[in-house]
Amino acid sequence: MTSYLELSNITKAYGNFTALDNVSLSVEKGEFVTFLGPSGSGKTTTLMIVAGFEKASGGSVRVGGRSISELAPHERNIGIVFQNYALFPHKTAAENVYFPLQMRGVNRAKGLRQAEDMLSLVGLKGFGHRHPKELSGGQQQRVALARALVFEPSLLLLDEPLGALDKNLREQMQIEIKRIQRSLGVTTIFVTHDQSEAMSMSDRIVVFDKGRIEQCAAPLDIYHSPQTSFVASFIGESNLIPATVTNAAARIANSPVLGSFDYAGSDNALADGQEVTLLIRPEHIKLSRNPIEDRKSARMTVETIVNYGDNALVIGRAGDIPMRVRVLGADVVIIKEGEECCISWTPDSVFVITR
Amino acid sequence: MGSSLSRLTERTNVWPWLLLAPLGIYMLVFFVVPLVDVAIMSVTDPRVSLVNYQRVLTGALYQRVFLNTFLTAAFVTVCCLAVGYPLAYLMAHSKPRTAMLILLLVTMSFWTSFLVRTYSWMVLLGNNGPLIALLQMIGIDDTPQLLFTRFSSTLAMVHILAPYMIMNIFSVMKKIDPALIRSAESLGARGWSLFRHVYLPLTAPGIANGCVLVFVICLGFYVTPVLLGSPREQMIAGLIGHQIDEFLAFGMGSAMAMVLLLITFVILAIYHRRFGLDKLWG
Repeated sequence: MTSYLELSNITKAYGNFTALDNVSLSVEKGEFVTFLGPSGSGKTTTLMIVAGFEKASGGSVRVGGRSISELAPHERNIGIVFQNYALFPHKTAAENVYFPLQMRGVNRAKGLRQAEDMLSLVGLKGFGHRHPKELSGGQQQRVALARALVFEPSLLLLDEPLGALDKNLREQMQIEIKRIQRSLGVTTIFVTHDQSEAMSMSDRIVVFDKGRIEQCAAPLDIYHSPQTSFVASFIGESNLIPATVTNAAARIANSPVLGSFDYAGSDNALADGQEVTLLIRPEHIKLSRNPIEDRKSARMTVETIVNYGDNALVIGRAGDIPMRVRVLGADVVIIKEGEECCISWTPDSVFVITR
Repeated sequence: MGSSLSRLTERTNVWPWLLLAPLGIYMLVFFVVPLVDVAIMSVTDPRVSLVNYQRVLTGALYQRVFLNTFLTAAFVTVCCLAVGYPLAYLMAHSKPRTAMLILLLVTMSFWTSFLVRTYSWMVLLGNNGPLIALLQMIGIDDTPQLLFTRFSSTLAMVHILAPYMIMNIFSVMKKIDPALIRSAESLGARGWSLFRHVYLPLTAPGIANGCVLVFVICLGFYVTPVLLGSPREQMIAGLIGHQIDEFLAFGMGSAMAMVLLLITFVILAIYHRRFGLDKLWG
């Protein structure tokens, strides 16, 4: 049983530089998968290989069981929304959306009607006669989405499409894109470096770093059990504590600075004496004046308090380990910068990362 | 306090104009004043009347020359476009080294004096020139007359004006967002349909700029048609020169110059309404 989209062992080299190193991935029909990673991590290169604008040095891309590696971009039937939307400035919104149909030989009257239908689906009913420069950024985005979907593509690729929008509009468009994608059931790959975007929209997130897939899992799985310390630090905020497993059976590790630790379950088999990294998310740490019963605790010197109103970030040090703690805005009054306080957590919020 | 401050800003506002003054005075003395003089002459020489205009607008010879000038300018424009568009495309889309080489070739002919270029064509196309020699060598004895024909003047004008066309189109092509082309490809366009529906419309402003510039310059072209063209197929600037040099008919020459100027303004005005004159210079 093969998946709808199959990337197998994709490599891409520019001279001596390896941009992609053995990337393999399966995507099911109708899935919304996000490629997440810093710039230069290979996520956009992978997208461009799927689209056909870059040629892989090795490996294959299959859609619906058929290899598309040798096809030119115009033969692939893939809808793409580019970072800057790439709307044709000399065409109206409706003509832009009609364009892929025009290229497929649909006559003008029928094609423009289809284009108008698609525009109303993306919430732009009645905007068809406007030129791109007469539309706002969010509206241009919707036109680009309509244009990439109107010809019923086998895949929808979105290349950081929300980067140019302001924060409120971006959140609104996240919801919009998700709604449209679901209603059409189109298999979608979304590229972003924004982790909150990835968390809120995806069925699965593929984390890229240095041309490799670091982890591929559902958003909450990625958040709660990152496989590598790169993933842990890239997604969400994290406190990483180096430690040694002292008793794998009883799930106990020892940190030279913070002492003995109980930790939660790990997918990986651990051995006594193994070097690991312990992850504790800042929102799982409690701040108090004195140690709390039943919780592992440590002393922390508070260095900085960043107040966001509804919550606050407390930055400090436990021994030589930098620590970040998220507390509710109301709770922050109990401490001051430069003071020492007590931080504590329960074993089920301590995750083990093996590499 | 407040008033002294505002006086200061007022004084600073004068500076840009002061900097502009040398140019302004120069243009006034050497361009506006002579132009007004020409305008006055057109209605006062040999006497105060509109008789010069009447003759320019109704005389068969003048009508023919005006028409000929327009047709020549239009033909030269079309030729420049036909030569310039593919060359600009090559320049905009080939590897940097190749692009540099073409750019160098185009601008090199642009830097060479116009008169030198015109005389070079005389040498190349002359009866003892290399082109005729080549034709004779391959066995054509009845060689055609190349120099002093419509062919030679058109060829030279296309050569001289093509860089204006090329640079205008090139600058627009260079600014086309590659994502637009990629997106067109991803939507199913390629080859001719990609060119016709996306690339050509995107370069249209460059084409319009280049055409207007070449056409307007060509309308008033003097040296090249006079030196290389057929005496029977004069262009308007040549005829104006003729009126003044040979007949000392300053009024007649001035009236013709004013009509030409007016026509040029009308063309630029139409262009301005459609595209905006500010875009003409890139």
